[in-house]
Amino acid sequence: MKRYLTFLWDCFRLSFTGDWRYHLWMTVLTLISLGGVYAYSQQLVNGLITTGMTDQVSWGLYIANFTYLVGLAAAAAMLVIPVYVYRNLHLHDVVIFGELLAVSVILMCLLFVTVDLGRPDRFLHLLLRFNFPMSMLTWDVIALNGYLLLNLHICGYLIYCAYCGRKPSKAFYIPFVFVAIAWAISIHTVTAFLYVGLGGRPFWNSAIIAPRFLASAFAAGPAFIILTLQIVRRFTRHQVSDEALFTLRRIVQVAMIINLFLLVCELFTEFYADTAHGASAHYLFLGLHGHNALVPWIWTAIVLNLLATALFMLPASRALPTLNAACVMAIIGIWIEKGMGLIVPAFVPTPLGEMVEYLPTLHETMVCLGIWAFGLLVYTILVRVSVPVLAGEITFARRWGRPAPGAPDSHSSDALKTT
Amino acid sequence: MNRRDFLTKGAAAAAGLSALAAAMSPLRHLNPDDLPSAEEFLQKHYKEMTPADKERVLARITAEVKQRFGVAAKVADPAPMDGVEFVYGLNISRCIGCRKCVHACVAENNQSRSPEIQYIRVLEMQKGSIDVETANHHYNPEEVPRPDKWYMPVQCHQCAKPPCVKVCPVEATWQEPDGITVIDYDWCIGCRYCEAACPYWARRFNFTEPGLPADEVNPNMSYLSNRPRPKGVMEKCTFCLHRTREGRLPACLEVCPTGSRKFGNVLDPESDVHYILKHKRVYVLKEDVGTLPRFFYYFDERGSRYHEGVEPGPADPKEAA
Repeated sequence: MKRYLTFLWDCFRLSFTGDWRYHLWMTVLTLISLGGVYAYSQQLVNGLITTGMTDQVSWGLYIANFTYLVGLAAAAAMLVIPVYVYRNLHLHDVVIFGELLAVSVILMCLLFVTVDLGRPDRFLHLLLRFNFPMSMLTWDVIALNGYLLLNLHICGYLIYCAYCGRKPSKAFYIPFVFVAIAWAISIHTVTAFLYVGLGGRPFWNSAIIAPRFLASAFAAGPAFIILTLQIVRRFTRHQVSDEALFTLRRIVQVAMIINLFLLVCELFTEFYADTAHGASAHYLFLGLHGHNALVPWIWTAIVLNLLATALFMLPASRALPTLNAACVMAIIGIWIEKGMGLIVPAFVPTPLGEMVEYLPTLHETMVCLGIWAFGLLVYTILVRVSVPVLAGEITFARRWGRPAPGAPDSHSSDALKTT
Repeated sequence: MNRRDFLTKGAAAAAGLSALAAAMSPLRHLNPDDLPSAEEFLQKHYKEMTPADKERVLARITAEVKQRFGVAAKVADPAPMDGVEFVYGLNISRCIGCRKCVHACVAENNQSRSPEIQYIRVLEMQKGSIDVETANHHYNPEEVPRPDKWYMPVQCHQCAKPPCVKVCPVEATWQEPDGITVIDYDWCIGCRYCEAACPYWARRFNFTEPGLPADEVNPNMSYLSNRPRPKGVMEKCTFCLHRTREGRLPACLEVCPTGSRKFGNVLDPESDVHYILKHKRVYVLKEDVGTLPRFFYYFDERGSRYHEGVEPGPADPKEAA
């Protein structure tokens, strides 16, 4: 117990330590998060009227970001499957970064749902009368929190073992790894079913939503990880091989192609038959009755996704700058498509045929930026702490900041490179 | 830790804490009345309350109404009657789209006047179409009805298979034995999932503190229907259950100048709605979504405004044929 507390204390101290770039980065993130706290405080006082949402479009940027981030949390699964199922060892050393990302992203998801609530003070009502299994939202509560706990356990256990300087016992984490794989698929499916289950919204009430959700998640997640790993190897001593990045590239290739194929299936169904149920899709892609706020967004997303897919397929993306450009395009393209492009059009037109468009307010945007900054802050800390601990530079025997045998001074154990 | 270290770290911690305090400063504008009292915070779900609990809760609400509006309200909790299933019929041959029902509903049910919350939406439809996408929601002519239009008021359909109830994560909304779907405003967490689920766009959310002038408060209230709502929760039409469970008619029906609205117990063979369902031409809006509404539309064979000739033309239906 004492050892565990020492571990937490060392982690805490480590997270405040780094060179000036680290401090600058963390300060900027903290300031943006505080901006979010400020905007959210105003929302608490005045109500959700500070957002652009209305009775017509009753979910907006919060739920859009939530949906996208559930997808991003899949990144972990896409690293774990090759390593533990297919024994692809290129990715072995980077799996933990995927799982840490899952932890921070699920935290962001939970925050996005919380800020969307009209009465967050009644949060406890979820525990007192939990409408399970009827409400898909209760399924999602279980799926997301379960996934958070699973990943916290796996990462926490591996890092703590490294800190104690002992070999992790397989029985304590391998079963959880396999459960987490199935669970990662389930968080997507359940989140998709949240929308798919609504018969009154034809735009969502389609069997293709869940598969498309998975395909785009398995593209955006690993694309995000490709970028993250390069940042990790640039700023820490952790070695990440190019092979690991290229293995991920192959995963993104396949996922992007499936995603585009499913998009074609969706477009064909909506536009060839051209029934009245295609009104929302019309609004999204072409505009409806003179309303076309989302049209430029969705075409930007489609162009970005097409370009990204083309780049991923070309041998040119074996060069890192091209690969990175393709990843950025895929991440932004999918963010638009799975966020605003999936949530908002389902509300336009309303079930009674009224056309009301949605435009996020500054408040809402500040809260969203705040949550993103907070998520990145958490992720940075997790990576900052785990790199030196996993490298065996900081253990219980050789605590950080204490002169240890063989170490001339405390700074040598700082994992951050000083350039 | 040396002195210099201590001072730097202390200054950093102080700066961080004051930044956090500054960021949270808007909270000082929180109205103390908005915060849930300990009693409200610990209040049980409506279905778990004992009669004694209910009495306490009704007394608390009465006191709150008195404090906020200076009105001595009668807050009741009428129970559903045995052997009663309420059904609503709307005669689209007669409705002239005057929206009197909309405003009577707002006055009866203590809805927010600013921002405006209305449970009934009257659609001005194009003749020759039942497609709601061709409807005009914001028609505002000098005079209704306009000759080339017909009117379709839509409100909560009190479905027998309500999707809104199914999706609520905390069971804050449910269907009563007399068929009315109600909301416990003290239990709703404001996630708006029910609003997304409703195929009739019948639910409304309090995006801010409802603006209800004290001199317009209707003091005849009930827990599950028209008592004042807090900000951040859902609300909806309850077939005026504080009236209808005591044998009166809904406010929207009482005010209707054309007699287009019929309400009653469908299980009673003597009721209007029973007769209409049995003998008239009836349709249900969006029957394909399968929610089995208790709200239906019907046509008259005779006495319709279309046969009486709202514009110059043959007044006698036989002549028209």
